Amino acid sequence: MHAAALAAHRFGYAETSLRALQADPQAWVLAQFSADSAAANAFDTRGLADAAAALRISREVLRTALQPQPAGSAAASGQGSAASADPARREARQALRQLNLDGLQRRWQHTVRTEAPVAERWAQFWSNHFCVAATKGSTLGLVWPHEHEAIRPQAQGRFVDLLKASTLHPAMLLYLDNAQSMGPDSRAGQRRQRGLNENLARELLELHTLGVGAGYTQADVTETARLLTGWTVRYGSDGQAVFQATLHQPGPKTVLGRRYDEGPQALDALLLELSRHPATAQHLATKLARHFVTDAPPPALVAAVAAAFRASDGDLRATALALFTHPQTWRPDHPPKFKRPDELLLSAHRMLKLPFGDAQLQAGVQAVQAMGQSLGRAPSPQGWPDRSEDWLSPDALFKRVQWAERFAASHANQADARRLAPLSLGDDLSAATQQQIDRAESGAQALALWLASPEFQRR
Amino acid sequence: MPANPTLGRRAALHWLAAGLGATALPARLALAAGSDDALSPRLVVLMLRGALDGLAAVPAVGDPAWAALRGQAAAAPQPGTANEGSAAAASPAGAEPRLLPGTLFALHPALAQLHQWWGQGQLLILHAVASAYRERSHFDAQQLLESGGERPFALQTGWLGRALQASGRPAVALSPAMPVALRGAEQASTWTPSRRAPGSDDLLARVGQLYGDDRALADAWAKALQQQGLAREAGMAAGAGIAGMDAGQANGLAALARQAGAFLSAERGARVAWLEAGGWDTHTQQAGRLQRQLAALDDGLAALRSALGPHWARTSVLVMTEFGRTAVLNGSGGTDHGSGGVALLAGGAVAGGRVLTDWPGLAPAQLLDRRDLRPTQDIRAVIGALLQRQFGLSQAQLRAGILPGAPVFDDAQLWRA
Repeated sequence: MHAAALAAHRFGYAETSLRALQADPQAWVLAQFSADSAAANAFDTRGLADAAAALRISREVLRTALQPQPAGSAAASGQGSAASADPARREARQALRQLNLDGLQRRWQHTVRTEAPVAERWAQFWSNHFCVAATKGSTLGLVWPHEHEAIRPQAQGRFVDLLKASTLHPAMLLYLDNAQSMGPDSRAGQRRQRGLNENLARELLELHTLGVGAGYTQADVTETARLLTGWTVRYGSDGQAVFQATLHQPGPKTVLGRRYDEGPQALDALLLELSRHPATAQHLATKLARHFVTDAPPPALVAAVAAAFRASDGDLRATALALFTHPQTWRPDHPPKFKRPDELLLSAHRMLKLPFGDAQLQAGVQAVQAMGQSLGRAPSPQGWPDRSEDWLSPDALFKRVQWAERFAASHANQADARRLAPLSLGDDLSAATQQQIDRAESGAQALALWLASPEFQRR
Repeated sequence: MPANPTLGRRAALHWLAAGLGATALPARLALAAGSDDALSPRLVVLMLRGALDGLAAVPAVGDPAWAALRGQAAAAPQPGTANEGSAAAASPAGAEPRLLPGTLFALHPALAQLHQWWGQGQLLILHAVASAYRERSHFDAQQLLESGGERPFALQTGWLGRALQASGRPAVALSPAMPVALRGAEQASTWTPSRRAPGSDDLLARVGQLYGDDRALADAWAKALQQQGLAREAGMAAGAGIAGMDAGQANGLAALARQAGAFLSAERGARVAWLEAGGWDTHTQQAGRLQRQLAALDDGLAALRSALGPHWARTSVLVMTEFGRTAVLNGSGGTDHGSGGVALLAGGAVAGGRVLTDWPGLAPAQLLDRRDLRPTQDIRAVIGALLQRQFGLSQAQLRAGILPGAPVFDDAQLWRA
């Protein structure tokens, strides 16, 4: 891929035309990681539910779900509670659904409209890195508040601040069960005969910082879990994590050979230590290079990004600059990546300058789900997989072509694929694809072929 | 060459498959489709993602340490908190584990149909089983179990894919992505239900041409079309019979299992099917959740057996998960990542009604790291035996690259004939 096409498609979410960035693609990317750009392209959360509201609504849904159902009702017989006749339950579920749709709609709108699409991909990368999924009752409404409150404000700041914001967001404390973990020797643990839950501790080390195989032991995980006890969520709260001393395991803890004293301040010290660990720099640099450049990134590139991360003490803007100024990043011959379903949808919208009104949102949610990605419901704390082979399968491809045909049928009058394809891809459009588009029997079919083409399915 | 727009859909699919066969379709796929053997064995692998608690599914009620370890918890699940556990609709309270006479073990009360299979001698339980993995990352453990390598990510293809490649059998994964286990097989496809019409014949034909120069997309596209054709022949066209089908979720398993049974029964269909169900990572309040999850598993396997009809006699079903969980319940009524767990082998020819285990015991000193059920059998040995039987592969072939480093296992232990 030529530099302009790389910048527009692989690092961003597609552009209608390459003209604006053709002069200096690298400068176009780098400008998106400036303070000015961050201010100009800030994500607008006005009117969206915050964590406090999301907690309230999720709790209402849980409460109504727990109410005894009249015998023989749809919900009681397990036929899906959406069909429930119970108005309170319906109302609570509707509020939750709306909350999630609003959050997603704002994200998608922003992705389509922003003049800093690479910075937006950067923010979404971190959201996926610190994955929270609406797959358990307590996190049903918290996925987007987590992204808005914990990820976006810190995505171009220091990694340790991002790490702390994400770890201590109610969404993460509930998703990875720390909210109910108790020190076995804490007052509450003793009284209630409950104890540790090490889920967050393990993923903090394995997924969020050091990476698997970085040399930590089960004892490190257990000690981290002890250190994390006390950090919990109170329902009816203001949506902030609280440290409850009665849950906290007394005494010092030792993680990776370093001693931490009892109390809430230990978490700050641990997160700082983890953020400065060489394994963390290596882990994050590998993931970043894999996401932005190619599935098997060159070791020299990873090393350079990791070095910049460490040299800047985890400054994410400096890390981005290291990534996007490295010559390996701009090499035209790395194998391209197969787009994830949401990336495919977003790039189609961005290319057509097609906003996400309610109808497009609805269609988009269904399309992405049919293509194998239920947004907000990632299959595991690892988030959505990021390698081409995770997404390119016969069934997935068939669903993508189905989507392309349907999408094109709805939007053919907004775009002429014969003109759009060369405009947005430049010299990287193959003669074979151009020929198929030119020979299409209708404008809609031409657009469908462009969306289904190898060039558009990849980035 | 534009396609003829008047071509019927089925004709178009056949034309496409045939047309691509010359250039992009591997020869083996065409061969496998053409030389169907109605009597060839069927294999289903069901992957439970998230790590099933083997001690909940198959409790060791006869172990002297059981009562102290889990006896109380199994009988009386802890009350929920404001977390998901509290939303548990069904409580197992009052339901007794189903004892397996002559063994130390019982089956979870939700596994009612599997208990009958046990009685019929069609369910073999492998306990204290594990892969070679002793760490506690789901993702590494799944990759290792599916790839069949000696370390996570040492191999990028899967043991099943390599066995398929060596044997020429066609396979389908009922999942949107190609699972690691099936990667490496030219004749492996994927399929999930769709609410949409398949697309216009003309567009499908043109897409085939569009992908002509792109090997990866052309291959995937040819397989997708073939699988669509088979789905239609198997009587479950897109848009029909998909209620409740949610790939990866235990509650959609029965519907997917029925479709897998249809594919395996079809004349030119797959002979190997891959299914998966998530939701087994039970860190909190696991009693209620496992009650629902295991009931869905039980239903799914029963649906599979029923859909296979007469083919059940020649079918082997392997149910596996990436690792076990901690022997002791954690501080919130759940379990954390452990080591030894359970695998199930079911089927018409399985020498069932037995628990195959070198039982390590549950006393604190008998546990691995005083924490996990100690693994005493390597699941790769069972997989190796399965591949020998299903695909007629030799030990030498298995050792040479399909399951490098795997221990040898006497496959006569697993089947009646």
